[in-house]
Amino acid sequence: MKITQISVFLENRKGRLCDVCSLLGSAGINIRALTIAETESFGVLRIVVDKPDKAIDMFKKQNITANKTDVVAVEVPDQPGGLARVLKILSDNDVNVEYMYGFVEKFSKNALLVFRFDDAIRANKVLAENNIPIVTADDISGL
Amino acid sequence: MIWNEKIETMPLADLKNLQSQRLASLVGYVYKNCPIYKQKLDQAGVATSDIKSIDDITKLPFTTKLDMRDNYPFGLFSRPRTELVEIHVSSGTTGNPTLVGYTRDDIKLWSDVMARCLCCAGAEPDDTIQIAYGYGLFTGGLGFHYGALEMGLTIIPTSSGQTKRQLKIMQDFAPRILACTPSYCLYMAEEAKEMGIDPRQASWKIGIFGAEPWSESMRTEIEQTWNMLATDVYGLSEIIGPGVSQECRHKQGLHIFSDVFYPEIIDPDTGKPVPEGGDGELVITTLTKQGIPLLRYRTRDIVSMTTAPCKCGRTSPRTSKIKGRTDDMIVVRGINVFPSQIEHVLLGIDGTHPHYQIVIDRQAHQLDTVDIMVEVDEKIFSDEIKKMHALEQKIKKEIEAMLSIGVEVKLVEPKTIARSEGKAKRVIDKRAL
Amino acid sequence: MDTPFWNKEIETLPRKQLEQLQLERLKALVAQAFKTAFYSKRLKRAGINSPDDIKSLADMHKIPFTVKDDLRQNYPFGLLAVPMEQVVRIHSSSGTTGIPTVIYLTADDLNNWTDLIARCLVATGATSKDVFQNMMSYGLFTGGLGLHYGAEKIGMTVIPVGGGNTQRQIQLMKDFKTSVLHITPSYLLHIHHRLPEFNVKPSDLHIKKAFLGAEPYSENTRKKLEHLFGIDAYNSYGLSEMNGPGVAFECVYKNDLHVWEDAYILEIIDPVAGTPVPDGQQGEVVLTNLVRNAMPLMRYRTRDLAFVHTDPCPCGRTHRRLSRILGRTDDMLIVGGVNVFPSQIEEVLMSIPEVGNNYQIHLSRAGDLDKLTVKVEIYSKLFTGDLSQLDVLKSKIKDRLRASITINPHIELHEPGALPAFEGKAKRVIDEREKL
Repeated sequence: MKITQISVFLENRKGRLCDVCSLLGSAGINIRALTIAETESFGVLRIVVDKPDKAIDMFKKQNITANKTDVVAVEVPDQPGGLARVLKILSDNDVNVEYMYGFVEKFSKNALLVFRFDDAIRANKVLAENNIPIVTADDISGL
Repeated sequence: MIWNEKIETMPLADLKNLQSQRLASLVGYVYKNCPIYKQKLDQAGVATSDIKSIDDITKLPFTTKLDMRDNYPFGLFSRPRTELVEIHVSSGTTGNPTLVGYTRDDIKLWSDVMARCLCCAGAEPDDTIQIAYGYGLFTGGLGFHYGALEMGLTIIPTSSGQTKRQLKIMQDFAPRILACTPSYCLYMAEEAKEMGIDPRQASWKIGIFGAEPWSESMRTEIEQTWNMLATDVYGLSEIIGPGVSQECRHKQGLHIFSDVFYPEIIDPDTGKPVPEGGDGELVITTLTKQGIPLLRYRTRDIVSMTTAPCKCGRTSPRTSKIKGRTDDMIVVRGINVFPSQIEHVLLGIDGTHPHYQIVIDRQAHQLDTVDIMVEVDEKIFSDEIKKMHALEQKIKKEIEAMLSIGVEVKLVEPKTIARSEGKAKRVIDKRAL
Repeated sequence: MDTPFWNKEIETLPRKQLEQLQLERLKALVAQAFKTAFYSKRLKRAGINSPDDIKSLADMHKIPFTVKDDLRQNYPFGLLAVPMEQVVRIHSSSGTTGIPTVIYLTADDLNNWTDLIARCLVATGATSKDVFQNMMSYGLFTGGLGLHYGAEKIGMTVIPVGGGNTQRQIQLMKDFKTSVLHITPSYLLHIHHRLPEFNVKPSDLHIKKAFLGAEPYSENTRKKLEHLFGIDAYNSYGLSEMNGPGVAFECVYKNDLHVWEDAYILEIIDPVAGTPVPDGQQGEVVLTNLVRNAMPLMRYRTRDLAFVHTDPCPCGRTHRRLSRILGRTDDMLIVGGVNVFPSQIEEVLMSIPEVGNNYQIHLSRAGDLDKLTVKVEIYSKLFTGDLSQLDVLKSKIKDRLRASITINPHIELHEPGALPAFEGKAKRVIDEREKL
């Protein structure tokens, strides 16, 4: 089960992150998870929001470069070794993780993690076979 | 000393006769040997017998950079390719470079005019010259090389770059003449100070600077920093390379070797001559070149010209320093850059046509820098940093391959490049020349 | 086969007359050498007080060797034999470490050199109809300007492009139907690797010949390049101390390099003992430049290893042939006490078709033991994706190398393009062992 992540191109300039977050806030869009990958001159802001389509439309109107990427959100037991177990299953099954980051809030008793896989279909299958809970888009918008 | 005294000090009336004879035979020559010129002359309704005097030159059609590009590579040749002994190329406005081809006689001509330049700047046959213009396809290095060889100077062909080695060679061999771009000369002063060398004690006493526009204030700075005479040399590869004109020690404009490169100053809009002393586009006819002779080639450089006598005794007219361009060409570290070249590269990247801007800058006594700002839109944006880096690198590499100079590429957000009336300003030149 | 000549009389001069000419020129050279601060002292110390002390070519053994260090210690003017105003050209070696080595040429010296290069080019069959793309650096480096002058002399159309900028190189080859290249072998391999990027096939180009020089390479590398581009590749030999290229070149028969013995006296010596070795046996190349007035250099130890052929060449030239450079006295590697030349490794690698264009020799130390690792790019067209095939290739390379160099290397296979590429001289040996 895939969910939509929005990636936003940002220059490394003061206040750019604040601008983007304020826009989301004033449009009533809630950020569920967030990470920034940065380089010397620019960065890519990756967010999971409750209303992704609305967010994309708004960015377009504001001339902000953004696109959608499919990611997988996974429930991981919030205890020592919880993440390691999931990663080991993935690695044993030759699934490659491009990048990953944590959720802003907890989901029941578990931690939520967002994964970007090179092969999302295979990843989903491996996770399901190993009974690792996957979060749906509906779960996200209901958070 | 004057290298070719008979020609360079020839009374103007005699010079005009010589020019007239040469022009008449040139027109006959290109009509016979170059199909493109035959067509151009026929279209303009000019018969070769119409050209009797140099004053008839205005009857001839212009040749432009576009003619060079459209007929690339061999169209404007007047000799079979096998008679060319050397080919150079310079940057064209888009994909194709501009071709320069020399026959053996053309190389002799080039050697002669470059020897004239060296003498005009004050070189003596016993001198040693350090040639720090780039060697290779760029005409600067080999042009000076041929002239210095013709004059019998001792040549140190250092080529460009490797500043520490340049300075070490200056100290070890005490060359009195330096040939390089003016900005590089100032840059070397900084490096010299770092190496504990006092520029005012340097062996260089005469500098021959060109390949990029520079101002009187830059001249003053070079002369004071290095304690040398700084002279200006002009040329363009389409005509011959360096060697079209050169300042003498009086520094009252550049003597143009009009017995071989006939100059006109025209209004770039109407194509009509401008009165003596007025600013206009420099147009040159190569009166004696064999391989690729050009009729009324529009250089796109804005200058003024005077025929007033000079104290040095040379009679040929003098042009001012370059005052501007009729097109958007910029010169960076001696290399001609057209914004259209960068556009051409960007268009080739995934077929997109992103907005861009070229920022040229020069920190005090440093080499010129070129930043290419490219706006990132959805078509080229990727979520993956490594893909974005790869894009940045690809643009950088392709632009560098096209321009032959290093650039930095910066990816920027949409609409951050200022637009005026919907059209982006493509070039921001922050240099104080 | 037709044998073209630039100067037939000199190139086919009977040995006896050639040696007579050498002797005359050697005497004149000794006279010239006395004008330098360096040689006047050194010759006298060796008991040579005037050119008359050289009565036969055998007497030249009295002249002491000159080594690179002599040039450095006498920098900049110690070997200069003419007043500076007669010098028209100065070249200098890269001088990346310490003091550069410098050579001086008068106008006559430059003419002599140019004439030798013209000889080289004509010997390969190059003519004024050829378009010559000169891809060696111009400037203080002698490779670019050296061939430039010679090519211009025989009337070729010269494109003085210098090294680097692969995209433009390929465009020029296409646009001007370049027929002859001057290039380092590693760069030509790199160009081949890059052609598909620009949608160009070797058959789209018009190259007929390549002059390969400025770095050592094997016969198999030559064959590979000839096959990849469908060209004839010729070996070129020279060194900046001897003016640069033009010391020796292959003729149309491509069976090693004629040394222009009217201009250079060639000796091959045992690098340790300093004594002559018999023809056919490998040793250090020692050269004396007979036709340079500005800067005489006698019995100069090149540190290049090669041998001299004993059989005549079908082309009719009487000038003896030098083998390709088999190594350097100073790049000999000592691995676990065994002498290994990188050229031996290259020879083996290039004889294996599954090996690609690029390789690297890596030396490290594990405990007390030297470890030799050879990193090899595989040739993608012959790789089917079967992993067991790679293991077979690995042991094949290993076995053949062990047979040649007598030590056991580690082999690493890499994807095509994974090892660093070079747009000039290749750096193939990485020695990470601590200096003892």
